[in-house]
Amino acid sequence: MNNKIYKISPGFEKIMPKDYRDLVNDGPFDKKLGVKDLGTFKELIEEHPLCAGCGLALSKRLILASLPSPENTVIVGTTGCSSLSFAQVAIHNIHSIFGNQNALATGLKRALEIRFPDKTKDVVAMGGDGAIGDIGLGMVMHSWFRGEKFTTIMFDNEAYANTGGQESGMSQKGAVLNMAPTGKKYDKLPLPEIARAAGCVYSAVVTPARPKRLEKMVRRAVLLARELGPTYIQIYCPCPTNYKFKPSESLKRTKDMEKSGAYQIKEYISPAAEELIKKFEEEK
Amino acid sequence: MADKAIQQKIVEPEELFFKAKREKQFITGSEAVKESIKRANVDMAISYPITPQSESMHLVGDIYAQGYVKDYYRGENELGVMSAVAGASMGGVRVFTATGGQGALRAFEMFPTWAGARLPIVCAFFCRGLNSPLTIQPDTIEIGLLLDTGMLVLHAETAQDLYDMILKSFIIAEEPDVHLPVAVFADGFFVTHTREIVEIAPEDIKLPPYNPYKAPVPVMDMETPPVRQMRDPFVMKSNYVSYACHASWQQEVRAAAERARKHINKYLGGLLETGNEDAEILIMASGTAVSQSRAAIIRAEAEGLKVGLVKLKSLRPFPKDEIKALAKGKKAVIVPEFNITGWLAREIKSVVEDNSKVIGAPRVYGGMTMPPKLILEEIRRCSK
Repeated sequence: MNNKIYKISPGFEKIMPKDYRDLVNDGPFDKKLGVKDLGTFKELIEEHPLCAGCGLALSKRLILASLPSPENTVIVGTTGCSSLSFAQVAIHNIHSIFGNQNALATGLKRALEIRFPDKTKDVVAMGGDGAIGDIGLGMVMHSWFRGEKFTTIMFDNEAYANTGGQESGMSQKGAVLNMAPTGKKYDKLPLPEIARAAGCVYSAVVTPARPKRLEKMVRRAVLLARELGPTYIQIYCPCPTNYKFKPSESLKRTKDMEKSGAYQIKEYISPAAEELIKKFEEEK
Repeated sequence: MADKAIQQKIVEPEELFFKAKREKQFITGSEAVKESIKRANVDMAISYPITPQSESMHLVGDIYAQGYVKDYYRGENELGVMSAVAGASMGGVRVFTATGGQGALRAFEMFPTWAGARLPIVCAFFCRGLNSPLTIQPDTIEIGLLLDTGMLVLHAETAQDLYDMILKSFIIAEEPDVHLPVAVFADGFFVTHTREIVEIAPEDIKLPPYNPYKAPVPVMDMETPPVRQMRDPFVMKSNYVSYACHASWQQEVRAAAERARKHINKYLGGLLETGNEDAEILIMASGTAVSQSRAAIIRAEAEGLKVGLVKLKSLRPFPKDEIKALAKGKKAVIVPEFNITGWLAREIKSVVEDNSKVIGAPRVYGGMTMPPKLILEEIRRCSK
């Protein structure tokens, strides 16, 4: 990354808002910080408009703190709740249309490889369960089949939350939601298994109730995508607004979901990825 | 990425377009596309073989294999391709793709998105009819649907036009005061699948590379300021400021298209071309309807009827002042079209002073060729 990208031009220090000055003075670029350092540096996400108790907001905060090199990462987002909290993120990020994030990330990653042959530029595609599991699934799976070297992260709130809480393919069977007035008739899509079968060298499921685990998975996914091929992480993001529970109960609900088995932590690692992980983690 | 790269000398656009000695080749429109891309210094091309398809994008694949293009692949569907070229363009490389007919409509959502994101993508459209009933035949109905996406819209008459327009479109699209996608339309089959003599520049020269740091919007590479866009995204707000921001952004996209006029004039010699424009009756057309009109005019002249011809090359920006001036004092303006909707007649009617003299005929559609006789009949009718 070119430092000029966020440094303030001389004479303008007082004009820039405090949060921006903080980013320049105490931001995480080139510092190799992580989840354990939260609270000691200026985070990459500024105040955002997501609901109180939003599991997506917490997950996004953790993901941004976990990126191995935020100074050389570009994020491709898509329509949904997550897109409302991208303008405040201090990493180049793109919003195009609903569900096309993996196709767009393909072009972006390849373009950055052409332009920066001697630098590593990480691309991370992020979207909700509607974008990744439903409307964009074809483009998501084809980026995996093609072996594109970037990470896909799903914020799984088990509904179309931004449009008022409609059923998605990732909703649990039986869930009563808008457009599923008598309950969802079929099972939650087995995306982690589909990812594994479609060529992801690493496919993991986690929740924001386990920040350290989440960090480890994000780092693994991004580093493996650089070297080997596509990686996928699915994060359970409790939605108090649409699933009608108290915002203060989000973490409790997450833990309950884990305990009941409704949401299981998983990690599928290909043999080649396993070998590389050993190498990374030994070097560390 | 390509394993090998071909050595070509970078020359100024003027050299490649106007000064370099051209060689005559008897080739199809699809081959003209290939020859154009060979010299365009394209970084990435992405293809999809939807029906309808021409050979053009797999011929671009062939020149990728030869080392003329740095990266190329077959995408999963039209929307995926149009999304991927957007991502590549946002990443700062020069990209090309092509589509047509149903394929273009499948990917429609991306075209206004390209323009709004100020991406200088060049996309060729090889016009075909639209379902239903199922068709793959030539028909220009899609142009009318794609006129107002914010892209610049050019319409080629011949394979020569296609070669020149695609090559020149990269330079026009990338001008910092334009920086918009360019859609180059050509009539499917009539231009893509037929052979004609095309004059082309030597293959050992190419355009200068795209410089993304001249773009009016930041390239998404974490090397370009600003790193944070805004604290309050407009999409969240129902207030005057957010509406005004979106409105002014749209105005700027349209203004950028208007600013392309001077570059189109410089490189394409004008938004339109005229012949015998002093005649009382004018034919105004674009694409292969121009060729059919030429044939009709030869026959009309044999009958002693004088007819002028206006070939529209640029539809966006639309040469409204030029058309208004040309139509002034004329007895009739005949607009032959290869579609049922008559979008060109509608466009022309919207700018001439007395639009009752605009004759939206003949129109053929469903894949038929346009017999010059039909145009001649209109000329005769108007001459009475």
